[in-house]
Amino acid sequence: MYWNLSHFEASFVFALFTSIVFGVVSRKTDQERLYYGLYVFGCFLAATFGLAWLMYLGHG
Amino acid sequence: MDRRCWHGTDGKLLGYNRKVMAQAKAPAAGADREARPPVQAWLGPVALGWLVPGAGHIYLKRWNRGALLLVAIVGMFVFGLLMRGKMFEPTDGDLFTMALNYGGFIGNLASGAPYFLATWLGYSQPELPGAVADYGTKFLVCAGLLNVLALIDAYEIAVGKKD
Repeated sequence: MYWNLSHFEASFVFALFTSIVFGVVSRKTDQERLYYGLYVFGCFLAATFGLAWLMYLGHG
Repeated sequence: MDRRCWHGTDGKLLGYNRKVMAQAKAPAAGADREARPPVQAWLGPVALGWLVPGAGHIYLKRWNRGALLLVAIVGMFVFGLLMRGKMFEPTDGDLFTMALNYGGFIGNLASGAPYFLATWLGYSQPELPGAVADYGTKFLVCAGLLNVLALIDAYEIAVGKKD
């Protein structure tokens, strides 16, 4: 069995798992943890799209 | 002669010598340091958390957080396996090679049981060309590094620094 994920899919899965752990181990209340996890996930996605556009535009 | 203090002619205390004053001002050895928590308070949850990701939190009755950690860390490890990531092995060579391989090996090892299970069942993937296998290698190492974060959290909960 072999999963041939695209760059975006792999980045998405990485962002999802990492933001879950970041959310769980930080902050004090469950609500704060949820918001922080969503915030980190959003930051990962923003960085993914930002870098993708940067490479696309930089490539010419 | 070591005179520790001086008295006036009327017997009234006038002062102490420098040695006594210095001793009085100096804090007791280690008084400013935080007392170390006893090992038995945190060893169990941290060891459990290393062996099975999230088990430290579950042992400390943080069920939901433990379950989330288990799903996220084991999930990342499984994705790494399915993408045919490479497991690092300690390899000698130049400094960069050693740092890369030993660092990666420690990262893999930090995953605990998933790593031991995968290697015991014979998972031995040579380095493949292409981005997906490279992602897989990073997923395997990052699963271990995320488990280190979970272990630190379990330690802080066990010693009462955190709820």
